[in-house]
Amino acid sequence: MSFINYSSREINCKIVYYGPGLCGKTTNLQYIFKRMNPESRGKMISLATETDRTLFFDFLPVSMGEIRGFKTRFHLYTVPGQVFYDASRRLILRGVDGVVFCADSQLTRMDANLESLDNLKINMREQGYDPDRIPLILQYNKRDINGVASVAELHALLNYRNVPEFEAVATTGVGVFETLKAIIKLVLTDLKKGGK
Amino acid sequence: MTPGHFILHEKEYNEIQSVLKKLLADSYAKVVFLVDKNGSLMASSGETASFDTTSLASLAAGNIAATGGLASLIGEKEFSILFHEGERDNMHISVVDNRLILVVIFDRRSSVGLVRLRVRRADEDLGRILKSIDEAARREEEEGEGVIEELTEADIESLFK
Repeated sequence: MSFINYSSREINCKIVYYGPGLCGKTTNLQYIFKRMNPESRGKMISLATETDRTLFFDFLPVSMGEIRGFKTRFHLYTVPGQVFYDASRRLILRGVDGVVFCADSQLTRMDANLESLDNLKINMREQGYDPDRIPLILQYNKRDINGVASVAELHALLNYRNVPEFEAVATTGVGVFETLKAIIKLVLTDLKKGGK
Repeated sequence: MTPGHFILHEKEYNEIQSVLKKLLADSYAKVVFLVDKNGSLMASSGETASFDTTSLASLAAGNIAATGGLASLIGEKEFSILFHEGERDNMHISVVDNRLILVVIFDRRSSVGLVRLRVRRADEDLGRILKSIDEAARREEEEGEGVIEELTEADIESLFK
């Protein structure tokens, strides 16, 4: 649910990066944090375990400039990807305006991708969202390693709504900002139409 | 409330601000924040310059969400008040009208009892303001004249030039 403040002339939206464990959700946010002008982004918060696995969420606020005199701010969140943190994932989806599903391109992770996508649909329904309507972007990450599925295979397996999809290597930044821009555009277009 | 948006206009913002100011003074707090349940900061009063308000808002919302999850696991609706005690500063977090979060940070000049008492009063005032926000949102929805409805494709594209 976006928050529009006429007094401070701000539009705030929430974007959640979803996907299986170790697919690169946190790495996406870390790259955005590293590369964005410090004036356009806030601090990155990571609630992680001692071994750097996301425990609750990562959070990064970014500003994208003004529209009609309103500053646009996007709160980027990741969910913990590990299966047993499902209760936390559900909480983080609350009030979401758009979702990036980050898939791991490795052939060995196809089951994990599918399981996570099904889990996203279930949790969205539980939060009162229609998984067929929420602004959604697919990112196929880890394109630089051997043993990855083709984009056509990933598309057939995961892109159930034929939404925009991007190949990425989050560690080096390939596709990271393309993904972010695409979800921001979808979120703003959806807000204009009336949201959820 | 318009589905999908939470809209705060100048008038209600100023009313919220004066409730927070009063709460700050009456409870001898250092700083007071009002946050929506999704983690966006709505208003604040006091020594805000010494805090990262955006991060604070997001973590307070995460905190309420997590304890809400715990509450439902033991069959409670929610834990509507949280209190964190530090060596120097303390934090009182409470849920207002089931959708906003009121955060009060205070030190030894105040006490948890006093903060709790003053927060209860502020809750009632904020609840009244929320009602008028809802009414304004309903009117706006019927008229369809908000900034969001007027956005064009070109406006959205202009962000990425």
